[in-house]
Amino acid sequence: MAVYKKTYQPYEGALTARWARLLVIPRYAFEDLHRRRFLSIFFVCSFIYPLICAVIIWVQHNASALSLINAQGAEHLISINVVFFLSLLGWQSMMGLFLAAFVGPGQVSPDLANNALSLYLARPFSRAEYVLSKMSVLVILLSLMTWVPGLLLFGLESYLEGWSWAVDHARIASGLFFGAWIWILLLALLALALSAWVKWRAAAGALMFGVFFVLSAFGAVINGVVRTNWGHLFNVSYLVGSVWVWMFEGGQPTTNGAVFFRAPRGETLPLWTSWVGLSVLALICLYMLARKIRGAEVVR
Amino acid sequence: MAQELAPVIELDGLEVRFGDRVILKGLAASLTGRSIGLLGPNGAGKSTLLNTLLGFHRPSAGTARILGRDIRREPRAVRSLIGYMPENDSFIAGMSGVRFVRLMAELAGLPKAEALERAHEAFFYVGLGEVRYRALGTYSLGMKQAAKLAQAIAHGPKLLFLDEPTNGLDPPARLRMIQLIREIRDRGDLHLIVSSHLLRDVEECCDEVLILKDGVIAAFCNLEEERRANKRFLEMETRGELNGNFVEAIRGLGCETAPGVQGRLKVVLPEGLEVRRLYEIAAAQDVQIRRLNHRRDSLEDIFLKAMEAADGRL
Repeated sequence: MAVYKKTYQPYEGALTARWARLLVIPRYAFEDLHRRRFLSIFFVCSFIYPLICAVIIWVQHNASALSLINAQGAEHLISINVVFFLSLLGWQSMMGLFLAAFVGPGQVSPDLANNALSLYLARPFSRAEYVLSKMSVLVILLSLMTWVPGLLLFGLESYLEGWSWAVDHARIASGLFFGAWIWILLLALLALALSAWVKWRAAAGALMFGVFFVLSAFGAVINGVVRTNWGHLFNVSYLVGSVWVWMFEGGQPTTNGAVFFRAPRGETLPLWTSWVGLSVLALICLYMLARKIRGAEVVR
Repeated sequence: MAQELAPVIELDGLEVRFGDRVILKGLAASLTGRSIGLLGPNGAGKSTLLNTLLGFHRPSAGTARILGRDIRREPRAVRSLIGYMPENDSFIAGMSGVRFVRLMAELAGLPKAEALERAHEAFFYVGLGEVRYRALGTYSLGMKQAAKLAQAIAHGPKLLFLDEPTNGLDPPARLRMIQLIREIRDRGDLHLIVSSHLLRDVEECCDEVLILKDGVIAAFCNLEEERRANKRFLEMETRGELNGNFVEAIRGLGCETAPGVQGRLKVVLPEGLEVRRLYEIAAAQDVQIRRLNHRRDSLEDIFLKAMEAADGRL
């Protein structure tokens, strides 16, 4: 029967599994993102740096390639070590911040601005599942930008250098993976919380940058005025950087962080303060989400 | 037939508080109708009741069951039975109508292909077939209302919550919406809860009415029974003063009567007695009946009675 001739009828067919419904929102979100040409180009461009890193690793282990361009001994210019991978993570994470600022607010604010939340939550779909589904869009994109290329490069280096290198530097691999996850979860929570709060995509994107750049400037002002280092607690990239250094090197660091995520020498705070600072930020985001992601607003 | 009598919604001492304010005060009722109207003035608790049944608010005491499922213990199962058309604008502005409905159907558990097919069907059914690929943000108010109805029915729910379904509609659009609701009701596949402040809408669509006032149930009636009772209640006016023999003869038929002034008489007919018999007796008694009306106790009367405070004021 032609579709326009059909009338209302109950649905008696099979239903999808509960976990499968979690993938519905990300699928629609990726379809939308695919249509936004700027974001697609930006996403592709974000792989340029890992590609350059891959070329460097390959050239490092191919003396013949260096001799072809008369650059014998160039392999000693760049070392494949903690700094190399920290820099990769730092650069990719900063690209991730831009992507999250463009993509993240568009996940939640349109739903809140047009009261669509009640429609989502009137279905067998909980608030936690809604947040997880929306977060998963950013988690997938940022994973592809950070720890996935990081581990692939680590694997390439291990393959070319020998597996004993991989064993000796296993902490780099775990640092890449867990360090990236900390950043990804923080960004995803922040993007959703800010967009839920301001309900305006552009303003939420701007606020994302505000949290990172304005707060760090505020922290620097506190440091300057009060002559202390505790102002760094407002600097999210400092907090993340100090945690990364510990993850990559443990208690005896040889470096003070990576690009954009560096702690000035001599201005370090105890590591636990960084953990506390990041946890507080995550909890604030969760609180903001819990207040705003509701089927119906309660007027007390 | 037994299914008809099974309660659709059971309210079991349901209480909802927002802070110190008690919004729903221990509601207790068993609603069995195919189409149930929810009436009440602003602030009576209609929307809070719907939102609580949907699991948006947690009851502070008591509970409710929808088609036998407890809203506290099985909120997910309850929501899988429900289709919800909210009162306010609810959509995703940048999305096309059919994609939006498909998304909602998929979230309700329909597989991709079925969700797409039913989204198209639902759009044609509510009369938006031609605009289903347009962005929802460009729809008129009437079209948005229809799109909300489409997303509420696309997944084939067992119970449909319609919150102010004719809000802001012009008369033709309102008629179309009422027609759709009645069509869905008359198919008998699902139950309807229509929350509205428009008595006419409820009267046209519902067979049971629950009237709320200040968070308590002010009245609960079966409109069909009321209508049936009204059909037995007559108001008669005869020419000149009432003839005592005429009244006696009517009583002889088993009618209850209440004579008034200036030839007026109220009559309650017994079951099975046809109005024609009154005319026959009037002819035999040489009484001229000038007016004979079925008394119509409208929903408005029922609503106003329910709203009357203890001191008799509204």
